[in-house]
Amino acid sequence: MIEKLSFIIPELILFIATCMVMVTGQWPVRAIRQFTPWIAAVALVAAGMIATMTPSDPNALFPNMIPYAKFIIAFVGLILLVNLTGTVDRDLEDDVDKGKPFLPLRSTGAEFYAFFLFSLTGLMLTASADDLIWLFLALELTSLPTYIMVAISTHKNASREAAVKYFFLGALGAAIFLYGFALIYGAAGSTNLAQIAEHFAHNDLGTLGLAGILLSLMGLSFKIAAIPMHFYTPDVYQGAAAPVSAMLAFVPKAAGFLAIIAIVATVGWNEYGRLPTTVESLIWIMACITMFVGNTLALLQNSVKRMLAYSSIAHSGYMLVGVLAGPGHAGAPFYRNGIAAILFYLLCYGVMTIGVFAVLGAIEKKDREGNPEEADDIEDLRGLCKTHPVLGWTVVICALSMLGFPPLLGFVGKLGLFAAGVSAKQIPIVIVLGINSAIAAVYYLRLVAVAYLDKGDRPQQAVNLSPYMSRRLAGACSAIGVIALLVIAQPLVDAALTAAKFNGPSRIDHNQADHELESDEHASVFVSDPAHEE
Amino acid sequence: MSPIWTILLIVIPLLGALLVAFDREEGAYQSAMRTMLFTLIPGLFMLYQFDYTMGSEYQGAASINWISDLGLKLSIGTDAIALLLIALTVLLGPIVVAASKTAITEDRRKYYAWLLVLQSAMVGVFAARDLMLFYICFEFTLLPMFVLIRCYGSTNRVAASTKFFLYTFTGSMMTLAGLMYVVYFVAQETGIWTLDIAMITSIAPRMPLDHQAWVLFAMLAGFAVKVPLFPVHTWLPLAHTEAPTAGSVILAGVLLKLGTYGLLRFAIPITPAAFIEYAPFIATLSVIGIIYAGLICWVQEDIKKLVAYSSVSHLGFCVLGLAALNVSGLSGSVLYMLSHGLSTGGLFLMIGFMYERYHTRDMRQVGGLASKMPVWSFFMVFFAMASVGLPGLNGFPSEVLCLIAAFQSDAAWTAAHEAGAWGTTLGPWFAVFAGTGMVIAAMYLLYMVGKICFGAYREPEGHHAHEVLPTDLSRREIWTLIPLAVGCLVFGLRPVYLLDAVSDPINDTVIAAYENQHHELHIETNEEHAMTEHSTSEQHP
Repeated sequence: MIEKLSFIIPELILFIATCMVMVTGQWPVRAIRQFTPWIAAVALVAAGMIATMTPSDPNALFPNMIPYAKFIIAFVGLILLVNLTGTVDRDLEDDVDKGKPFLPLRSTGAEFYAFFLFSLTGLMLTASADDLIWLFLALELTSLPTYIMVAISTHKNASREAAVKYFFLGALGAAIFLYGFALIYGAAGSTNLAQIAEHFAHNDLGTLGLAGILLSLMGLSFKIAAIPMHFYTPDVYQGAAAPVSAMLAFVPKAAGFLAIIAIVATVGWNEYGRLPTTVESLIWIMACITMFVGNTLALLQNSVKRMLAYSSIAHSGYMLVGVLAGPGHAGAPFYRNGIAAILFYLLCYGVMTIGVFAVLGAIEKKDREGNPEEADDIEDLRGLCKTHPVLGWTVVICALSMLGFPPLLGFVGKLGLFAAGVSAKQIPIVIVLGINSAIAAVYYLRLVAVAYLDKGDRPQQAVNLSPYMSRRLAGACSAIGVIALLVIAQPLVDAALTAAKFNGPSRIDHNQADHELESDEHASVFVSDPAHEE
Repeated sequence: MSPIWTILLIVIPLLGALLVAFDREEGAYQSAMRTMLFTLIPGLFMLYQFDYTMGSEYQGAASINWISDLGLKLSIGTDAIALLLIALTVLLGPIVVAASKTAITEDRRKYYAWLLVLQSAMVGVFAARDLMLFYICFEFTLLPMFVLIRCYGSTNRVAASTKFFLYTFTGSMMTLAGLMYVVYFVAQETGIWTLDIAMITSIAPRMPLDHQAWVLFAMLAGFAVKVPLFPVHTWLPLAHTEAPTAGSVILAGVLLKLGTYGLLRFAIPITPAAFIEYAPFIATLSVIGIIYAGLICWVQEDIKKLVAYSSVSHLGFCVLGLAALNVSGLSGSVLYMLSHGLSTGGLFLMIGFMYERYHTRDMRQVGGLASKMPVWSFFMVFFAMASVGLPGLNGFPSEVLCLIAAFQSDAAWTAAHEAGAWGTTLGPWFAVFAGTGMVIAAMYLLYMVGKICFGAYREPEGHHAHEVLPTDLSRREIWTLIPLAVGCLVFGLRPVYLLDAVSDPINDTVIAAYENQHHELHIETNEEHAMTEHSTSEQHP
């Protein structure tokens, strides 16, 4: 057990930072209180840097997953942290400005940062999980803090409602995938992922194993906000404060995808790069419906947060195409490796979606009682490029990138998924992906048009900058990231490819193998030809 | 030829756009004009330095690696066809800026900045030697055009811009999927994931016919929308009518040609067998477009809509020439791309100038302008004649070449394949029906000219003279028209200059298409041969 410690040094750093943050967050001296986010930031930078030096684990299914996965978690986490800074305790600090004493009992700052770090710790642990129990605990560590963060993010009842909804559905999801994990254990006789993979490679999946996989996928669809457990997404994203919604869009989704990759990898791809038919059709249907539901419902929204929530659902559907494509043969290049495409897309998605949420958090209007309220209606963004150029352009760039407009980051990410899907001969789902990108263009264009182009035709409520300088910074960071990461895309793509090297056994699947041989004579070229490895 | 000129052509407008965006509002026009004039220098240098004797080789090639795992490179290079289209783009640049001087009065920085970005993206499309650079620039032309229509269009601009964007974006997503499949196929054949156009066009024709057909239809989804071909043309009249004058000129002059250029550069070389197989289908669509859009033109009262539909009709000829797939057809088509840009661009400018003075495009409200605006009427008649295809002006040689090509298409076909030819080809019937399109064009354009230039003078109620503009054309406006008019005359009188310049790449395209089609055929017949041999050997021992 002790040798595992070398893989979780980044998590340990984050854990130590969590403990410090708990204390400094409600320190009576203001300077120390304000120093709290810096501790978290330093911890994230350190964790990200140390993660890149993690040795590879020859026993794991994806031996080199940790460096890349944890690095992007720390990177996106850093932007999230900038975005989250100051979300809670605004009234309290205002009171302190007016000369009132600081009341630690009323403060939630310490918990807020601590839970944020806890959640990221969980996410990193998911990346290094090699065991079902570990995976379950890591997933729960990722999600549990977010329930509380949703609840304390604003003083409105909507946040509490969202938190309760999120918690109950989350518990249901966790119960479902835990049940699935249990059945997998029952079928394979081990909780170690590599051993399960070994078992399933040589034995038939069986009813028990299949039920386990299906239940796990269903439960995990809660984390990635995919069909059939996507219902909570718009309500929760709308109820939470914008920075927390941004976090919900990235952190649980990343955890869910890392877990799905791990679980699906135990079943394994056969030598033609196909999953077992049942699992494949299930993911196919999930991906297809998720994309259509997400995109079509996003068309109808006037609330930007709900629109982004549905877009988050749709993006999960896109990434599931990568799961269908699978990692390909040993030494498969990036264009064939769907897992690498997912890992790269996660980074792209995280960077570009945070941008829009950061802008929503950075502007506010007055509600009926005259209290400041976050902008949410699409009309609030009207003419933003004129009034607040930095925020406006952030919306424009991030929305275009999410649309997959070339040559922005989202396009490169989507191109990876396209290429992987086509190379894995998943042509129909790639066409669905194409159609959905076109549907999605409607609502992303609406964002662009509202922020940059159209003049209002109805009187709009005055929208002001909110006092969080950091959110503007986070928005600008992601907009710059969308463009700057293009320049250094090559090393990132390489790192994603290394991370996605699949070390598991190739599943022997006689029925399917015969079928494949008949239907397609080219596949063998891919498996046997070493010329692909450059 | 050094690649630096092409790079300058792409970079100068981008820098100019930055300059304009951060300049004063009043200086926007001046800066944009200077940038556009400045791009003429590298453009002319390219025309001068280009070696027209070198055949279809790419000249001035350069490339940078971007993401090699996905085969993404940025590589540029031009052959004669691309060069001439780049020259057309560069020529139209200053013209559209000059035409916008008085038409655009507010938010000028945004307008000119996006116009410059558009210029750069269009040059990028023609200069791309790499599939992904082509696709990126092809898509990127959407955004500036979207902004131009959305912010500076007339009343129905929101619907028009959205329809324009969605139609073309949806189509090009399908094109992307098709092209990805081609790239994957090439990767399977060669073991290298490459997006290099030359490499792809040399390997991709090995695809079996049914795969080629799918890829062809995926490409048609993107390119046919852009052209636009008959059933998917509905975005064009709306976009044209609502766009500002400069937008219409660019749209008609260059953007529509991206579709035909795509067909010429990708559809024919990548899927020759399928293209030949489905040529009658494509030609039928274009003939329907020629006649149907022509008849619609006849009943239009909105003069801008009339010219917009005439574009649909005219580009039908262009696609018909491509579908004929012989040397005269392809030359006619390339000639048509250039000449349509000049004559229809000119017509849109004329309508823009009239609209600035009378604020209407309705032919029932304005008419008999020859008495008030003789210079305007002269140019209007001139460009209408060029568009009709009057011998001596530019429309004539290209239209005639396309028709002759459709006539001769089956002869060329038989010559190319004495034995083993399969599939049907175009024939006289296509040319006969398309020929009626010329008659219809003469009818509606003359009808339009008659109504708007001659007869009794009519002006809309409550019409005032423009504060700045004189009654007839100002000197600036005349100077924007003269280059186009001279171009029309030169192309009409000496089309040989252009035909000579593009003959090598066109010959090579046609030859390669038939050879590669034969290659695909060869594989098919080999397999069939092997199978039949097996069975026949049993029958006849």
